[in-house]
Amino acid sequence: MLQRSKTRTQQLSLGRRLLRDRVLLLFALPGTALIVAFHYLPLLGNVIAFKDYQPFLGIGGSDWVGWENFAVIFNGDPAFLRALKNTLILTSLQSVFVFPAPILLALLLNSLFSERIKRIAQSILYLPHFMSWVIVVALFQQMLGGSGLLNNYLRSHDLATLDIIGNSELFHVLLTSQIIWKDTGWATILFLAALSQIDSQLYEATSVDGASRMKQLWHVTLPGLRGIIILLFILRLGDSLTVGFEQIILQQAAVGRDISEVLDTYVYNNGVIAGAWGVAAAVGLVKGIVGVILVLAANKVAHIFGEQGVYSR
Amino acid sequence: MTRTVQRRLVNGVPMPGWPMRIFKGLVLLVFCAAVIVPFVGVISTSVAPNKQINESGGLVLFPDSVNFNAYKSLFAGGVVTQALFVSVFVTVVGTLLSLTVSCLLAYALARPGFSAGRPILLVVLFSMLFSPGIIPTYLVVKGAGLLDSIWALIVPTMVSAFNVIVLRAFFMNLPNEITESARIDGAGELKTFAYIVMPLSKAVLSVIGLFYAVAYWNAFFSALLYLNDSKLWPLQLVLRTYVINDTQLGSAELGTELLPPQASIQMAILVISIVPILLVYPFLQRHFAKGVLTGAVKG
Repeated sequence: MLQRSKTRTQQLSLGRRLLRDRVLLLFALPGTALIVAFHYLPLLGNVIAFKDYQPFLGIGGSDWVGWENFAVIFNGDPAFLRALKNTLILTSLQSVFVFPAPILLALLLNSLFSERIKRIAQSILYLPHFMSWVIVVALFQQMLGGSGLLNNYLRSHDLATLDIIGNSELFHVLLTSQIIWKDTGWATILFLAALSQIDSQLYEATSVDGASRMKQLWHVTLPGLRGIIILLFILRLGDSLTVGFEQIILQQAAVGRDISEVLDTYVYNNGVIAGAWGVAAAVGLVKGIVGVILVLAANKVAHIFGEQGVYSR
Repeated sequence: MTRTVQRRLVNGVPMPGWPMRIFKGLVLLVFCAAVIVPFVGVISTSVAPNKQINESGGLVLFPDSVNFNAYKSLFAGGVVTQALFVSVFVTVVGTLLSLTVSCLLAYALARPGFSAGRPILLVVLFSMLFSPGIIPTYLVVKGAGLLDSIWALIVPTMVSAFNVIVLRAFFMNLPNEITESARIDGAGELKTFAYIVMPLSKAVLSVIGLFYAVAYWNAFFSALLYLNDSKLWPLQLVLRTYVINDTQLGSAELGTELLPPQASIQMAILVISIVPILLVYPFLQRHFAKGVLTGAVKG
């Protein structure tokens, strides 16, 4: 019965099948149209990277200028290099400090013997993830700013105050700690799920063999986390040129662009604010292409090491 | 060595000694305090008396007494009231539209034998691999005539590919017999969807709905990018102007002569933008881990 209906489906021509599925097509239409309009259609807009785009002329009416807009990248315009440098610094800081933080926290939470304490801690630690960057930045100001809680406390005890917010030397550290505060708790979810998948018999067997807690961590727990760590690191790598646009835009005025300009803010400040649309689009385009190449390359490396990666094949 | 082996085992792991347990407790306590203290400070300051705020020079952790003057002046009909209306509108209408469109798409993709299912699924999945870039997206929004319209906060982010994949995974896990029996009883796709599948999916709908709602409520960048008219500003943008950039809120902006200290007004604005999330948080927390994991496993 099943077999027969299957062969009949295959016999129908494509047009017939689409006609038969017209209700489902209608269901899928609005969502697909929105994804195409706001994910794929903008790809076409990238042609303005090769044009001297003037808003009043429109995309079609603006002149072609070839690779001229890309000159800032290839000739190493100082403002572009500055943005690139800050982006690379921030992305390294994030890979070294932000990436491992949830792994450590998940190991800590996982090693708690009281389920109740674990659950309460999770409820508290997940919360900042749901706060917008505006709120996070405002909270940091209120805590660490010139008239924030910390400095008021120091002042009332006649101690020297700390210049943290608005201090350009500490800006990269501040950005990194804000990300840690906001997302470390939430990011433990995937690691905790992986930890719960580890067969508890492995722990029992190793402890019968006399393995200490450290040995168990090294030989049982960490190998169990390997797959998810590699997967998330690949995704992180693909995003390595994206280092937090909203977060930085909100605090840029206080510290100046020398230390705070990254590729995304460069695109925004030059394009939307200053009107150098072509140059901004060119930088954005190169950034997007490099991002895709990074994901594909990282995935390839994962396959070479025998891991699954983001997608197989 | 022998002592380690004789230690009590819990799930096969030797129980740690007291120093280790105390150390772990302290680390956890510091982490949790770092999360909680800012919220307590903000809420306390928004209701603390003027005198105490002025004496502390800013944030107050334990208010001597409680008053709601800051909230009264914010709700008097000025810029913050206006922004609150915008944010509520965007969140409610946006979430309803997002859920409808995403569910319809996910349902179609979950139907076995849907002839266009495969290519559309690829379109959805592939869109997660790259982000389209700020400038080209801006041009599309501009081309659609959405600049300086409240819909610019809703339409471009209406469908999240990730959420569609999560919903599809859920619909595919529903037993096939249910939809089949509905079909035999003569229900078309629309009826099956509306009367059979939707009521069975209340749990996942509420999770995805909350994900969308939180995203709409928190949206800041789209407002910054697409809206010049400050009458259309959502709460997040008002928050940036008056709290982060420390622009003074006078009686002209507030629409009232009642003027509590700036610190308590600023903190009250923060509280207004935090409280809705705190209200849905217990619910969110009960379900979100499952939602995230479904997407990770099936996606």
